[in-house]
Amino acid sequence: MIPPYLLQEMAQLTGEHVVLVLVSMAIAVAAGFPLGVLLTRRAALRTPLLGFANVMQTIPSLALFGFLIPIPFIGGIGKRTAIVALVLYALLPILRNTLAGILGVDSAVRESAIAMGMTGRQLLWQVELPLAAPTILAGVRIATVTTIGTATIAAAIGGGGLGVFIFRGIASVDTTQILAGAIPAALLALLSDGGFSWIERRVSVS
Amino acid sequence: MSVTLEFRDVCYCIGGNLVLDNLNLRIVEGCTLVLLGRSGSGKTTALKMLNGLLFPSGGQVLVDDRATTDWDLIQLRRSIGYVIQEVGLFPHFTIGENVALVPRLKGWPPDRIAARVSELLDQVGLEPAQFLDRYPRQLSGGQRQRVGVARALAAEPKLLLFDEPFGALDPVTRVELQDQFLALRDRLRKTSIFVTHDVREALRLGTEIALLHRGRLEVLATPAEFVKSSGPEARAFLSTL
Repeated sequence: MIPPYLLQEMAQLTGEHVVLVLVSMAIAVAAGFPLGVLLTRRAALRTPLLGFANVMQTIPSLALFGFLIPIPFIGGIGKRTAIVALVLYALLPILRNTLAGILGVDSAVRESAIAMGMTGRQLLWQVELPLAAPTILAGVRIATVTTIGTATIAAAIGGGGLGVFIFRGIASVDTTQILAGAIPAALLALLSDGGFSWIERRVSVS
Repeated sequence: MSVTLEFRDVCYCIGGNLVLDNLNLRIVEGCTLVLLGRSGSGKTTALKMLNGLLFPSGGQVLVDDRATTDWDLIQLRRSIGYVIQEVGLFPHFTIGENVALVPRLKGWPPDRIAARVSELLDQVGLEPAQFLDRYPRQLSGGQRQRVGVARALAAEPKLLLFDEPFGALDPVTRVELQDQFLALRDRLRKTSIFVTHDVREALRLGTEIALLHRGRLEVLATPAEFVKSSGPEARAFLSTL
């Protein structure tokens, strides 16, 4: 049913897509998680940082990719620019859920931990993060699933991935090509969502 | 394991409100001092100054003749047991792990911790074999507070602080836990500070009662003297009996 010439390209573009998503998510988590923890300690930074992440989220994805092209170092045509844009999108849910998860820890539990003589680090690693883990993971889950979708637009600026099929299919009015991009992307999203839901069940305490 | 405690000219101000107004109080070794007062009288604020959760805006709180601001707070807190109304057990720790917390933070060897945890659960009336591996959510309110007391006692603290620990319990369970508190106190003879707004509980548990009203110390007396006091706030409390 699937033409063999498509099959090989599908495999290759799916691979590119996965790499795009994994690299972006790794960077977004590496930046968003510590920043989220920092925001729980520095209330004054909350408004500016969350504001920045919020604004990023409101820029239409195609426009954001476009804006980045003329910017030196992080911009231009290609994968690097695509990853920068995807990271900016993924930041908000990770940042916000890390903050909400830690601030959501029962104040009696936090007060007990401090009164028992836990250091700041022990409080964070032994109490706050384990209890916030389900919320933080939910943020990473939302970010991953949306990144898989948004990453299809990376093809517009030469970022590769399954979007290549979709843009080509639209340009040549070829439904087969559009579906060759859209279906694997949707499957990837479902697969990662299912994976995260399995992990969440394992880490949740109650 | 002796401890001396003193409030010296302590004031505490927050948002323009004077929560504690020139509090002077010396706490006698081995006694159970009950801080009695209405909501907002400053009793919890005073308690939290003893383990450095709060610091005076003016004056000094001295533990073993050293101001709490000069203490290494981590060391100070690990030597003070703390029990609060909401209990505050760690929901992701088992009962055994909750009780073992401070000994573990202090680096006790595992076999000593295990023995201590079983001994304590026994002391507060919870069968260790049955409760060690359960989680706090599987316990009733009264059982959770027993664990809270065991956790506070775990690392042989020199001082115990109780912030309305039995306030959220049903009357029957409350009396059971009060009885247990008295039994433990007679056995351990540790200095304890107990915050409550229940004059009945104050008379029952205290060896001394300090009545706070709007941040001021109104009465400091033994229970026998307290029932005879004539100040308006003391009368107001005694009229609830």
